[in-house]
Amino acid sequence: MSSVLFDVPGPKARARYRAVAVVSTLVLAGLIGWVLWILYQNDQFTEAKWQPFTDAAVLRNLAQGLLLTLRAAAVAILLAMVFGAVFAAGRLSDHRWLSWPSALVVEFFRAVPLILLILFLFLLVGGTLGRFWCLVLGLMLYNGAVLAEIFRAGVTAVPRGQSEAAYAIGLRKGQVMRMILAPQAVSAMLPAIISQCVVALKDTTLGIIISTEDVINTARLIYNDFRYNNAIIVGLMLAVVFIIINYSLSKLAVYVERRLASRGERAVDHSQIASV
Amino acid sequence: MINFGALGEMLPSILDGFWLTLRLLAYSAVIATVLGTLLATMRVSPIAVLRGFGTSYVNIFRNTPLVVLFIIIVTGGPQVVGRTEFTTLATVALSLYTAAFVCEGLRSGVNTVPTGQAEAARSIGMGFTQTLTIVVLPQAFRAVIPPLASVYIALAKNTSVAAAFGVAELTYRMRSLNEQFPQEAVTRFSGIVLFYVIIVAVISGIAQILERRLAVSR
Amino acid sequence: MRYAKTKALLAGALLVSLAACGGGGGGSTVKVDVNKDAKFPSGSTMAKLQDAGKIKIGVKIDQPGIGFKDAGSDVPEGFDIEMGRIVAAGMGLSDDQIEWVTTISDNREPFLQKGTVDIVIASYSITDERRQIVGQAGPYYVTGQQLLVAADDDSIKGPDDLDGKKVCSVTGSTSIETVEKEYGANPAGFDSYSECVTQLQNGNVDAVTTDGAILLGYAAQDPDNLKVVGDPFSEERYGVGYKKGDTEFCQYITDTIQKAMDDGKWADAFKATLGKSGVDTPEPPKMDPCE
Repeated sequence: MSSVLFDVPGPKARARYRAVAVVSTLVLAGLIGWVLWILYQNDQFTEAKWQPFTDAAVLRNLAQGLLLTLRAAAVAILLAMVFGAVFAAGRLSDHRWLSWPSALVVEFFRAVPLILLILFLFLLVGGTLGRFWCLVLGLMLYNGAVLAEIFRAGVTAVPRGQSEAAYAIGLRKGQVMRMILAPQAVSAMLPAIISQCVVALKDTTLGIIISTEDVINTARLIYNDFRYNNAIIVGLMLAVVFIIINYSLSKLAVYVERRLASRGERAVDHSQIASV
Repeated sequence: MINFGALGEMLPSILDGFWLTLRLLAYSAVIATVLGTLLATMRVSPIAVLRGFGTSYVNIFRNTPLVVLFIIIVTGGPQVVGRTEFTTLATVALSLYTAAFVCEGLRSGVNTVPTGQAEAARSIGMGFTQTLTIVVLPQAFRAVIPPLASVYIALAKNTSVAAAFGVAELTYRMRSLNEQFPQEAVTRFSGIVLFYVIIVAVISGIAQILERRLAVSR
Repeated sequence: MRYAKTKALLAGALLVSLAACGGGGGGSTVKVDVNKDAKFPSGSTMAKLQDAGKIKIGVKIDQPGIGFKDAGSDVPEGFDIEMGRIVAAGMGLSDDQIEWVTTISDNREPFLQKGTVDIVIASYSITDERRQIVGQAGPYYVTGQQLLVAADDDSIKGPDDLDGKKVCSVTGSTSIETVEKEYGANPAGFDSYSECVTQLQNGNVDAVTTDGAILLGYAAQDPDNLKVVGDPFSEERYGVGYKKGDTEFCQYITDTIQKAMDDGKWADAFKATLGKSGVDTPEPPKMDPCE
């Protein structure tokens, strides 16, 4: 789309673009430089603020926290797939008594803020399940609800003719779903599922509200230590780690989507279903 | 399960929180929309530097957990910018984060306008600005409603992160009422969730009405 | 930006490479006598814990002097921790048989009710409401709500100066409700006191309020910038939480702590933890009888 919005620039336009490019580069560089300068002015780059990152014990605890974060996200997304599959099937059912409650459950968990849900679960069953599983359970319910919608979109995206043809040759409802619709839907859903992994990983940090012993919790022990008081630096470090992981996952999603497109299939649009 | 007597007692406190949540939502939505539109324009512009900036911004903010952004801006911010209200800092964090998603929502909306439309506009001699403002954007507007609606719904839910960062909004009440009503976790949760459901319902309702009004036949 | 990024990347790499390595933690302080020969009636909680060779104690990890763990250590330290060690030692359980479980204010009751922890020693004030749900032995320490302010701040001398001031405390705590409702303060709620103290150091709040014992710990950490002001304006009696109804266990806890108070171990524990902030060791409080 963007390429047809403007012509291949002629000499005049090229000069104009260059001028705009130079000015905007200066403005943006100025902006970034200004932020860095302010940070520098306020002693953000002093040795004291970086000192905890030279402490092996601190780094080990950070790494352990990160592992727990990754584990929580992974377990949650696996459970969410099961939850999603069950409720997508329920919602696609022809029986009202099944499709209605399923729709209600899915819509409810999509509407509740996850941090509130995690806190509630913790107050309700935290004594029995412990922090980690409360976090995982919250993540499962929310991501499962989103995945249910992705699965449903994947199935309904299969051209009608496919199921009609299947019924015509005498397959039953379950068979049509199992043999015709689901296999085709899976590939269309793959990019959206990967994108949802990014969401789940980010949302794992919401464990902050119940002090899960994840990477955020360790980070808090660092930046709330009066010797360091370095929330900005610690936050930037965390951001870099998350960006590296999530960016790789997003790239994978785009790659899968391209492969599908090259085979003439259309992927389910994640952005229309998942709220972020 | 739900103790309506206790719910009545909690209501004033919950409403206080609701009001703060609405304010966070309104301010952040406006700022994020302005910033997101600016970023989207950058991303489709002919200037490579701007495109690069737009893309980097989206990639950075979309892949950073909101909690981490809150740590940097709300916890760390005052060290750099001096004394600031927690609500203001939270609004900044929410706006910066949401802008990336507004930008993506707009872009995916613009991409639904058939290329032929832009080509036709170009062929009768319109420039970049004209093509965008007269032909593409009015048509894109309808297409961006569903993705933008889900961005705003997400924003409404994301305001709850502020509860962990000194803002006494709706989710904060879940905990602040714990002392007074320790046995009423379900009642507290139900009362609070109700208001989030209202926000979500209102946003998707408006989106549906707009979508119907602005329907274009192609 | 580049500077920050390179460093961050380096640290990220380090972080991963260090994941496998082990490391030390903080050491405990007071020497306790592990009573290996203790005998308890069979079926009692003490006997069960003794047989299991393990006790789970719910503690705080963000309150210097009381229960605190920094980012580089594995074991918490503080006055509550010492009390926990004393209680465990009386059953013949040594330090490595104690599992320290982090609790936050919201979950102390459910943890006790569901048996996630055996006891809670986490700056846990004895109140009538709580005693309806859980058992509380003690008090082993008495403190009161006070204010922590910046060392150069002379505008706040007591709770009456709080009107319109921004005061930070933990969300859902009695302290924050009190200053809001009774003294007209503008409350800011966070998950931990450490978070509040950080905000105070950054000048983003005017005061932090909670029990004086907790505040003294922070003031001791950073005496150049922080000070505790005013007289206590409430009485908080710290108790040991146990599962409601276990009177036998309550009696054991009370007796064990009473013994530590009598033989000086209690005072040693105080000097090694809260006493570091320079306050004199108080007289041990009189404990409630078990019902």
